[in-house]
Amino acid sequence: MKKMSLLFSSICLSLVCATVSFASGTIRIGALFSVTGPASFLGEPEKKTLELLVKELNEKGGINGQKLEAVIYDTGGDATKAVQLATKLIKDDKVSVIIGPSTTGESMAVIPVVEKWKIPMISCAAGIKITDPVKHWVFKTPANDHIAAEKILNYMASKKQKSIALLTVTDGFGASGREQIKTLAKQKGFTIVADEVYGPKDTDMTAQLTKIRGIKPDAIICWGTNPGPAVITRNVKQLGLKTPLYMSHGVASKKYIELAGADSAEGVMLPAGKLAVYDALPKGDSQYKLLKGYDQSYKKAYGTEASTFGGYAYDAFLLTANAIKKVGSTPEQIRTGIEQASKLVSVSGIFTMSPKDHNGLDLSAFEMVKVVKGDWALLK
Amino acid sequence: MQFDQILQYTLSGLSTGAIYALIGIGFSIIYNATGIINFAQGEFVMLGGLFTLSCLEFLKLPLWAAIPCAITASTVVGILFERLAIRPLRQPTPINLVIITIGGSILIRGLAMLVWGKDTHSVTPFSGDTPIAIGGATILPQHLWILAITLIIIIINKLYFYHTISGKAMRACSYNRRAAGLVGIDVRRMVLFSFIISSAMGAVAGIIIAPLTMTAYDVGVMLGLKGFCAAIIGGMSSGLSTVIGGLILGVLESLGAGLISSGYKDAIAFIILLLILFIRPQGLFGKSDSERV
Repeated sequence: MKKMSLLFSSICLSLVCATVSFASGTIRIGALFSVTGPASFLGEPEKKTLELLVKELNEKGGINGQKLEAVIYDTGGDATKAVQLATKLIKDDKVSVIIGPSTTGESMAVIPVVEKWKIPMISCAAGIKITDPVKHWVFKTPANDHIAAEKILNYMASKKQKSIALLTVTDGFGASGREQIKTLAKQKGFTIVADEVYGPKDTDMTAQLTKIRGIKPDAIICWGTNPGPAVITRNVKQLGLKTPLYMSHGVASKKYIELAGADSAEGVMLPAGKLAVYDALPKGDSQYKLLKGYDQSYKKAYGTEASTFGGYAYDAFLLTANAIKKVGSTPEQIRTGIEQASKLVSVSGIFTMSPKDHNGLDLSAFEMVKVVKGDWALLK
Repeated sequence: MQFDQILQYTLSGLSTGAIYALIGIGFSIIYNATGIINFAQGEFVMLGGLFTLSCLEFLKLPLWAAIPCAITASTVVGILFERLAIRPLRQPTPINLVIITIGGSILIRGLAMLVWGKDTHSVTPFSGDTPIAIGGATILPQHLWILAITLIIIIINKLYFYHTISGKAMRACSYNRRAAGLVGIDVRRMVLFSFIISSAMGAVAGIIIAPLTMTAYDVGVMLGLKGFCAAIIGGMSSGLSTVIGGLILGVLESLGAGLISSGYKDAIAFIILLLILFIRPQGLFGKSDSERV
C-alpha cells in the first residue's frame, strides 16, 4: 500500500512538473526515426543528432527563452507503425512539428496524417516523390538522387566521356538511381551501352564487369550502398579494368575506402555531400565551420564520426529552430518559417525553400571528389 | 563471345562455387547424422569471419593464430547450440528441429549484430591482392587459397568418414539410427560430433572468404541458401557430389550473369534448385537408393 501511494504521489509530482515546464513555454518537437530494423543505419545517427542538438540548444537557453523538448519514437522502418506513432505525436504529445521519418516509404505513409492535422513535417528520406508535387505541410532535407546523378554526368561531359556502363544494386536506392541516370543521360546525349545489376548481398561481381570490359564503355557508373560498391571496386582492380569508375553519393564515407582498400579505390570518383569531405574543403567555404562543429561535437558525444544521414536530422532541426526564431512556435508559424528559409547554411547544403520547392537544395549540395591515397580530394 | 571472357566467367564461378560447396557439405553432414536441415549453417560462416576479425583487431593475434582461434570459437557456439537447443527437445521430430535451427539462426544473427554492430568489415587477404593472370582472365591469390583449402577439407572429410572409428560410427547412424544404437554407438554423441564438424567447416568457409567478400552480421543468410542449393544438387552427400554441386552452381550463376542477364543471377540458382527437387530429388548424381555419406 505504501509503495502504491508512493508511486501515485510520484506520478502526480511528475505530472505537475510536466505541466509546469509546459507552462513556462516548452516547444515540443516530434521525431520518427527507424532506430532499429533494416534502415537503422539512417535512424540511429538521426536520433543521436537530434538529441545532441536539443541538448546543446537548451544549454544555451533555448530559442527566445523557450526550451525545446524532443519526443522521439522508433518506427522500426515500418510504415504502419510510423502512421500510428505520427498520430500519437500529434494527438497525445501535442508536438508542433514532426522530424522524420527516415525512409521514403514511411514518409509517404505519414504525409496524409500531417496534412489532415496540419502539422509541418520535415522528412529525412531522399525519395523525390515526397516533395514532388509539393505538399503544403511537407518538407524534406536530403538532396534528390537526380542531383547527384546530374553532378556525375556534368563531370563526365567535361571529360568528353560519352558511353556509360551502368551497374546498379537491385534495391530501392539502386532502382531509383538507375531510372534517374537513364532519363538524364537521354536528355544530355549520353548513351547507355550496358545496364547491369547486382544483388545487395552479392559477393562477386566479376561476371558483370567482364561483360562490361568486353563492351569498352567510356565510364562505369555504379549506384549502391556498402558493401556492394566496395566489392565492385576490388573486382575492377582484379580484372585490371582501366575504365573510369564513378560511384554514387551512397558510399561517400571513409568506410567505403576502408572496405575497398585504399589501393583498389584509388581514382574512383563520386559526388559527396560536403560533410564527408569537409576537411578537404577550402577554408572559405560557407559550410566549413558548421560541418566541422557538427563532426566534432558528434565525435565528442558518441565517439564515432558524424554521418551524412545524421546530417539530415541536423538540417531538419536547424530549419525548425530557424523558423521558430524568425516567425513563431505554432505549427502554422513553423510551416511558414520553414518555407521562408533562405540561404540557410546547414549540413546537406544551403537551403532556400519556396512555395514551389520544399527541398531547397541544388547542385551545390554535392562536390565531385576522387579517392587519392586513401583520402578524398576535390575535383575541379 | 571471346574466349577470355568465358574463361573469366568460369574461373569466377569456380571460386564462388568452392565456397558454396564448403557450406553445402556442412549442411549434409548434419543432415546425415540427424535427419535435419540445419538452417543455422550460414551463421557459422558469418561467425568464422567475424571471430577472425576480432582476433586480428582486438586480440592483435597474427593471422596464423587468429584462424584456429576463430574456428574454435565458432565450434564452441556450435556445441552450445546443439546442447542448449537441439538435445533438450522432448519430441525431436524433423519439423520441430528445423524450426529450432531457423530460430537459432535468427538468435545468433541478432547477437552478432549486438556484438559486432551493423557495419560491414573487411579482413586483409592472406597473401596480398595482386591479381594473377591465367590466359586472358585474372584471379586473386585468395581464390587459390579458397580452392586449395576446399580441396584439403574434402580429403580430410573422406579420410575421417572412411578410416576412423567415429567417422564410421557416424555413417552407421546415417544408414539406420536404431541399428547403430543397438550395436553400441552413442547416437547423441554422433549428433554432437556432426554439429562440431559442420560448425568448424562453416567457420573455415567464413574465414577464407572474408578477405574477398567482406563480412557482416547478415552475410550468413544468402550464403547459407546457396550452400543449401549446392547440397541439394549433390543429393545431400557429404562427399564429392556436393562439391561438384557447388561448383556447378557457381559456374552457372557466373555464366548466367555474364551471358544472359545479371538480373537473373539468383533466379538461375533457385530455378536449378527447383528443377532438381522436381526431377531428381535424390540429387544430380545419386541413385534413388543412394549412399548418403
